Amino acid sequence: MTQETAAHIEPDGQCLSRADVIVKGALATGAIYGFEMIAPFVRRALAASGASDVDVLNLVLKLEYVEVALYDAAKQRLKPTGELKRLIDTLAEDEHRHVGKLTSEIERLGGKPAERISYASSYRDADGFLGLAISIEEAVVAAYNGAIPTIESKELQAMAASIVQVEGRHAAAVRIQRKEEPSPEAFDLAHNEVEALNSVERFTGPAIYEHAFQGYE
Amino acid sequence: MALAGSGAAAAAFVGACGSSDGESGETAQFGDGDTGILNYLLMLDYMQVAIYGDLVKSGFFQGGAREAMRKFEEEEAQHVSRLTKAVERMGGEPTPRPRTELQPKSRRSGLEVASTLESLGAAAYLGQVPNFASTSALALALSIHSVEGRHAAAIDSLLGKPITPDGAFAEPASAKTTLKAIKPFIVE
Repeated sequence: MTQETAAHIEPDGQCLSRADVIVKGALATGAIYGFEMIAPFVRRALAASGASDVDVLNLVLKLEYVEVALYDAAKQRLKPTGELKRLIDTLAEDEHRHVGKLTSEIERLGGKPAERISYASSYRDADGFLGLAISIEEAVVAAYNGAIPTIESKELQAMAASIVQVEGRHAAAVRIQRKEEPSPEAFDLAHNEVEALNSVERFTGPAIYEHAFQGYE
Repeated sequence: MALAGSGAAAAAFVGACGSSDGESGETAQFGDGDTGILNYLLMLDYMQVAIYGDLVKSGFFQGGAREAMRKFEEEEAQHVSRLTKAVERMGGEPTPRPRTELQPKSRRSGLEVASTLESLGAAAYLGQVPNFASTSALALALSIHSVEGRHAAAIDSLLGKPITPDGAFAEPASAKTTLKAIKPFIVE
């Protein structure tokens, strides 16, 4: 797609379906930011323009399950003390609350919450755990940032955004605990659904793809 | 080639249907619709650039801590740059840099100001999420919003404060609340 093409798109002045919004949002993105930024929106538009809010919430719910499993297991395996214990306790409690909230919202919408994912996370020591936690928290932030603009309900957008800020805080805190930069980039990525699931698949195995939005199957 | 016009037109037609009410009017002093929202957030990022610049120059921090301040200053400057370009491409006039009175008197007071501005900034971004008419402006705001959360957590960690002061769900702040809270830092 060229810049000239986007510049000649004319608005039709009518209310748009979600799919139209996503596609035209992509073009607006390109117009505002340059076309290197357009890819996540275009991919989503091409593959999944019929995704419902339930589908989107289920995507991020699955990623919250990944975090819950990670932190619950860490409490048992590492038996942390001191600062590490306080951090893991905070992270675990927050992620459990996220699962609870997302589950109740999906049910309120008449949807079926995704099934809980369990997996065996692999690390030798606290440093290995922290490295894994960083990867997963970063993947979750990117997934939420890609998902939120595709949620139709403004209230659910706000709810999801209240979670992603906390995930950003988590990412920073885990990085600090591992003596890494809390904020390596000025802008946090947005992943579409495929990228989001791909980014955690190496930890969870193919279970993460079960019940993925059908546009990608 | 009217790239700025097509961007503004795209934002306008998305905003024509079902745009949110109420809160969005509080950024009208900064411009219409999404331009006003991004300009309001731009102003907050200008202030964050200012506090980190002051902290870097203050002499209160050395080594890794000073480098962290410098990195945050650079990131906030990138936010300023990207928001400014977005407003311009949407056909708006970017809000000017505010004159600020920060001047930290001690390491701790400087960190407290940074903590206040980062917490306010993160809450302000969150407060505007439902108000955007265009997905592209929302996506830009989200890409910055979670970084503000990172900064807030990092500064609060230096101060020995909780990394998630609101618990599992961050609290939004309205433009009215935020503008009142930052007033003491701005030279009129």
